[in-house]
Amino acid sequence: MQDLKGDLSVLDKPVAGNNGVSLISAMHDIQEKYSYLPEEVLRELAAETDTPLIEIYRIATFYKHFSLTPKGKHRIVSCTGTACHVRGIEVVNTEVSRLLGVEPGSTTADGKYSLETVNCLGACALAPLVVIDGEYYGNMTASRIRKIIRKHDKKTEKTACSCSSSAK
Amino acid sequence: MINMILNGLEISVEKGTTLLETANFYGIEIPTLCHDEGLSSYGACRLCLVEVGPPGRSWLVSSCTYPAREGLVVRTHTRRIARARRMLIELYLATCPSSKTIQDLACQFQVTAVRFRQRHDDCILCGLCVRMCDEQMQAKAIGLVDRGADRRVATPFDKKSEQCRLCGGCQYICPACQARCQGPQEENPICNACLNLAPPCLEEYEDAMCYMDPCVACELKGNN
Repeated sequence: MQDLKGDLSVLDKPVAGNNGVSLISAMHDIQEKYSYLPEEVLRELAAETDTPLIEIYRIATFYKHFSLTPKGKHRIVSCTGTACHVRGIEVVNTEVSRLLGVEPGSTTADGKYSLETVNCLGACALAPLVVIDGEYYGNMTASRIRKIIRKHDKKTEKTACSCSSSAK
Repeated sequence: MINMILNGLEISVEKGTTLLETANFYGIEIPTLCHDEGLSSYGACRLCLVEVGPPGRSWLVSSCTYPAREGLVVRTHTRRIARARRMLIELYLATCPSSKTIQDLACQFQVTAVRFRQRHDDCILCGLCVRMCDEQMQAKAIGLVDRGADRRVATPFDKKSEQCRLCGGCQYICPACQARCQGPQEENPICNACLNLAPPCLEEYEDAMCYMDPCVACELKGNN
């Protein structure tokens, strides 16, 4: 675990106090840096902006995008919108869960993948749709997702051995 | 001053008054669960519904958040309101039957059956404790977190808050905290004991001074 004691250096600009809009953008920056919202950093943010901590906690729990638990190195996002649902995202989700051994909404034990579901990605023509690290994979089937994850596994092993060490 | 019509009566109130305050000022009682005089209006419980607008084209609004307006026609005790209110009480009973306040309301409005799946929650999300903590105690130790079906009152990170001074204001104001007289019985979500209660005071003691406020038995018999 990194030492997060009051580290607000991630913010590219100082946040103006007691203003929901700038708070949220500050929290975006924090989440981008740490892949989640660490408690210590949020406490520091509350002190810095003179905002009650409960207000920040309220925002952090309200928006689905924010996470209070560490996320994996790679994000697998599957769409559960109407079009994707009709075209069989359930089968794909079950397959991903089986492959990685975790339920949607959680992270694998080695911190490599985190599995998420969203309500709609707005690309219904590509249904059923899965996004891995920002890359869109449309017309997904159980057998295709298996291949893609295997390929992704190999690629990331080659390029970044650091991922396993930094995710610890 | 604003002139408006309340239950067919021409009245005038100061600008900025809510309909609930207006009705209370003129002695009309409107039940609420989420309103308190010292706190800001929230409009969560919807029990304070009143009917606004001309007959036939009227709509229901929560009176605690609706400001008085010039020429407004307001009715506070119509059949439509009574029906909506009894439905709300029924829903509250289905959520949180262990609360004395809600059981009293059920008696007062003669809600005798719950048609919904029974739950045994300890919170109705009225937000009174959160506003009490924020506005009166200036602590901001608790708040409503999460959303949708998971919405709940909590402290930051569900740990003991540093802002909390253990003043007890949240418990004092909570309408769901006070346990009902008989104690919660899982098999019996509605108490309704007060419905069958005759007011003995007036029959036995001629000059009785009753400090039970509100005494549901008296209210039901119209002896208040």
